Amino acid sequence: MWRRPFPWFIVAAALLYALYPYFADDVGLRESLLLAAVYIILASNLNLMIGYAGYVNFGNIVFFGLGGYVCLYLVTALQWNVIPAALVAGVAVSALALLFGLGILRLRGAFFALATIGVNQAIQQLVVNFEPWGGATGIYLSLDSYGSLGGPMQALWTTYLLIVAVTAASLLASYAIRNSKFGLGLLAIGQNEDAASVLGVPTPLYKAMVYSASAFLPAVAGGLYFFKSGIIEPTSAFNLQTSIEAIVMVMLGGSGTILGPALGAFLYEELRGFLLTAQSFSQFQLVIAGALLLLIVQFVPGGLLGWLHQHWPKTRRWLE
Amino acid sequence: MIGILASVIDGILIGAVYGLAAMGLTLIWGVMNVINLAHGAIVVIGMFVLYTVANMLGLHPYGAVPLMIVFGFVVGIALYWIGVHRMIGRPELMSLLSTFALNMVLIGLGTAWWTTSPYNVQVSMPGVSWRGYTFTGTHITAAALAVVIAGLLYLLLYHTRIGKAVRAVATNREAAELCGIPTTQVLAMAFGLGVALAGVSGTLIATMFPFTVLSGEAYQLKSFVVTVLGGLGNPAGALMGGIALGLIEGLATPFMPLSWIPIVEFGLFVFCLIAFPRGIFSFTKA
Repeated sequence: MWRRPFPWFIVAAALLYALYPYFADDVGLRESLLLAAVYIILASNLNLMIGYAGYVNFGNIVFFGLGGYVCLYLVTALQWNVIPAALVAGVAVSALALLFGLGILRLRGAFFALATIGVNQAIQQLVVNFEPWGGATGIYLSLDSYGSLGGPMQALWTTYLLIVAVTAASLLASYAIRNSKFGLGLLAIGQNEDAASVLGVPTPLYKAMVYSASAFLPAVAGGLYFFKSGIIEPTSAFNLQTSIEAIVMVMLGGSGTILGPALGAFLYEELRGFLLTAQSFSQFQLVIAGALLLLIVQFVPGGLLGWLHQHWPKTRRWLE
Repeated sequence: MIGILASVIDGILIGAVYGLAAMGLTLIWGVMNVINLAHGAIVVIGMFVLYTVANMLGLHPYGAVPLMIVFGFVVGIALYWIGVHRMIGRPELMSLLSTFALNMVLIGLGTAWWTTSPYNVQVSMPGVSWRGYTFTGTHITAAALAVVIAGLLYLLLYHTRIGKAVRAVATNREAAELCGIPTTQVLAMAFGLGVALAGVSGTLIATMFPFTVLSGEAYQLKSFVVTVLGGLGNPAGALMGGIALGLIEGLATPFMPLSWIPIVEFGLFVFCLIAFPRGIFSFTKA
């Protein structure tokens, strides 16, 4: 995959993204870019489900939240370093998703979408009642936990760089999957699952695999993000609304493309920041996001990139 | 023992109202294969109609019930043209996203207008006492009204020409169109009916419990559980599913802490989806 310019373009963009606030030494910019990076990770991995396999996962945030919980538990209770803790969280959540996926992916279309909402709510309620993870109050980190990364100030920069690395990994994974046999199988499932199955695509396995794959990086990112925040609690970790916003981002940028969800996430985050700070709009953030989604779904179902591809077919070649 | 029985009976009374809400959801699914994710927001509209009628206009609370049926029908037809019409016949993903967008807009407007603080409407209805247990009057009235409205829906669907048209469109839209049924109008009307049912169930819920702009989500999830229990697209099953859910809630309440009830519900929900995707009461399929 490294023979084509596209992955190098992603790497270069990620380097710029990571280093610009570092050399500009701008903490405010870093915080806003960090949030955008987290959204890009969520949207880009959700795109594997929505854009490739054609399954709406309303509960995609559950991976992010569970990753955060596993990571923070390892850091506080077992005194792990955050990097192995986040990776182990990713593997654990991914394995759990594989298990869930084999069960709930027997459902199709709308039934699956409903089940994902159920899974998110059930896990949120379980965590609320789970005492080792702090129940409804959640887990707090003490300042000592940042010691291994050279103190709180340095740790914030380190986690920023790590999250940008996860972002780049998400985009590269999207690219690699799109160009693999696995990815082609997923696209076939998205077009017509029965036909794909007849043509020899192992549909139940592929669906469970993509569900699990779309869990890994968000879980790692969840671990890093909540480590950076220093606190995790059930309502913010399993916020169904963030899940839905991730769907808006995917649709805004263009589902099924690689850069689309990233673009959508970045634009949505900027728009949201603008709406929250603008006095007259701060109350209507949800209304505007909803109206935006309604317009996209009804009139430009391909999103920004889909629209570009349709009107200037040449852009297909370099904007994937 | 009698305590448990009282709790179960109360659960069944509330369950009838859940069933009414789920009927709205399942009617829309059955007729146009759209899962209405704005369902919760519509339940909330019903709650605030009660608040407006009872606390702001000072009318009798149950006057809100017929008002909400008419208002819900009009709102439903408007929502159909705004968000659903272009989604008919397209992949489910699109109608899910579209109705969810409607949900965000409605909840967003509601939050801006009413904020998220809790509201309460005092409805005074004499209760029924039995061996030291009192069944709240509002619960009994709400359940009775829910059953009456469900009966009216049955009469409408099975004993009128309009109902026949709705059932024809649900069975086969193209054939119905060929027989001269104006399918688009029937779809809009069915959506209006579904929204009216969801809204009026919200009104009835608000006579029993306090509510906020965000309570819709919990009732929406309950409606999903109920429809899954009763079989998607099956209004009669929805009422039975609602009563079953109320029974389970009533049965579980004396035995476990309140915060565990949602886990039981969602666990049941996911389990039923996987094990009985056609619903437990699917033998009564209309």
